[in-house]
Amino acid sequence: MKPATFRIWRGDSQGGEFRDYTTEVAEGMVVLDAVHQIQATQANDLACRWNCKAGKCGSCSAEVNGMPRLLCMTRLHDLPIDKPVTIEPMRTFPSLKDLVTDVSWNFRVKKKIKKFKPRPPDAPDGTWRMAQADIDRVQEFRKCIECYLCQDVCHVLRDHGKQDAFIGPRFFIYTAALEMHPLDTEDRLGELQQTHGIGYCNITKCCTKVCPESITITDNAIIPLKERVVDEFYDPLGKLWKKLRG
Amino acid sequence: MAYANVSLKPPSFGETMRSDAWWAQPALVFLGLSAFIVYSTWAAFQGEHYHFGPYLSPFYSPELWGSSPHSLLGPKPGWWPDWAPFSPALLILWAPAGFRLSCYYYRGAYYKAFWADPPSCAVGEPRKSYLGEHSFPLILQNAHRYFLYLALLFLLLLAHDVWKSLWFDDPATGAVKFGVGVGTLVLALNVVLLSGYAFGCHSLRHLLGGFRDQLSQSPAALKPYACVSCLNRRHMLWAWMSLFSVMFSDVYVRLCSMGIWRDLRLI
Repeated sequence: MKPATFRIWRGDSQGGEFRDYTTEVAEGMVVLDAVHQIQATQANDLACRWNCKAGKCGSCSAEVNGMPRLLCMTRLHDLPIDKPVTIEPMRTFPSLKDLVTDVSWNFRVKKKIKKFKPRPPDAPDGTWRMAQADIDRVQEFRKCIECYLCQDVCHVLRDHGKQDAFIGPRFFIYTAALEMHPLDTEDRLGELQQTHGIGYCNITKCCTKVCPESITITDNAIIPLKERVVDEFYDPLGKLWKKLRG
Repeated sequence: MAYANVSLKPPSFGETMRSDAWWAQPALVFLGLSAFIVYSTWAAFQGEHYHFGPYLSPFYSPELWGSSPHSLLGPKPGWWPDWAPFSPALLILWAPAGFRLSCYYYRGAYYKAFWADPPSCAVGEPRKSYLGEHSFPLILQNAHRYFLYLALLFLLLLAHDVWKSLWFDDPATGAVKFGVGVGTLVLALNVVLLSGYAFGCHSLRHLLGGFRDQLSQSPAALKPYACVSCLNRRHMLWAWMSLFSVMFSDVYVRLCSMGIWRDLRLI
């Protein structure tokens, strides 16, 4: 056991400040363990959202030493604990209390995306047939735990506040999972280009970097969607070629 | 319990709570790309020392008009204005430059390194207004696939240059003889690295199968899509290796042509 200092944001929507807490840490501890220890021994009113402690519920999203991370998946031995470890809420979302933020904007965005619309069933019993090769590609996107760390780090939302014009990486994954689904028949390209603002993404790959599920968000979801938007709106020769081929 | 004097306000330019060397990667990208831009611009304006024996610098290939034996259409055309500097490279370099400039990897890299948009992940930006690639001028990046078509054509021409670099004039007999020089290997390696970069292109991945929801319905597309996806996973690495190989190929041919380096014949 050795002491470590945690500089934790304490405050709400009106404002707040960072406070330093020093506590004993042991091998194998994650940041969430330290937060719980501080909560139990020094700051009973410290608010922190958490649930599974296994990196699967996406509840304990916050920023550790300035980078968006899951508190339960950030091991202390990966951090320089000779200096204070800063823990703050996700900056992109409104602060509710301490480390808890209001992420409800994401739920409203999700409602705006056209739902799954499968083709008519392939078999008389109302079932479909899909090839594994076709479903492999969208399977990756289904690993998303909706922690919203990608939304938090995306500079279009974080620094430029384009929440009204841009749905963010999480919902590009969601759209890609629907748009590339072998059974889906819905067309979402118009919305992607206009109201969902895919053109605002400038491919910094920060979303991919922070994803705790290691989803290749930019290369496998956003860029393929950008290319589909190019097919539809920015490629006159391609359109002509398709027309000539019938 | 101590109180730290920091706030949760939106960060100003360069402000961050990150304690790692977040500036290192954009700084390296800035230095690497700047070095390439400075060298390639200088080399393109030289208009000489771009060929040596059967070797032609990739900056000057294809040589549409020019004074070397590699020229396809003869010497400098008469319609070229006298006041404008002439170099065969200036006629063609816009195509590979456009391919790299609109490449999805380079876009993300140079937006960070040259425009600080953002300087790095979770680091404060210098300006609040933002258009992204949603409107002019960056909406033009959507033309990437057209530059891809040109890049594939250039790859064919560079592969032809490698073939030509296997045939040397014999000064004793005047006959053309098969041979392999270090220059041949340099030009061949350059084509391999450029192929790894161009065949891992995101647009190519889309055009070869990514646009389909049911890839399994097109068995002919399955393998090419898998191959491009495989190369695409290391697109950044291919991008940098090919950038330096194309620059080194020019340096090699140039220094051999100037008599500073001697081309070693292996066969």
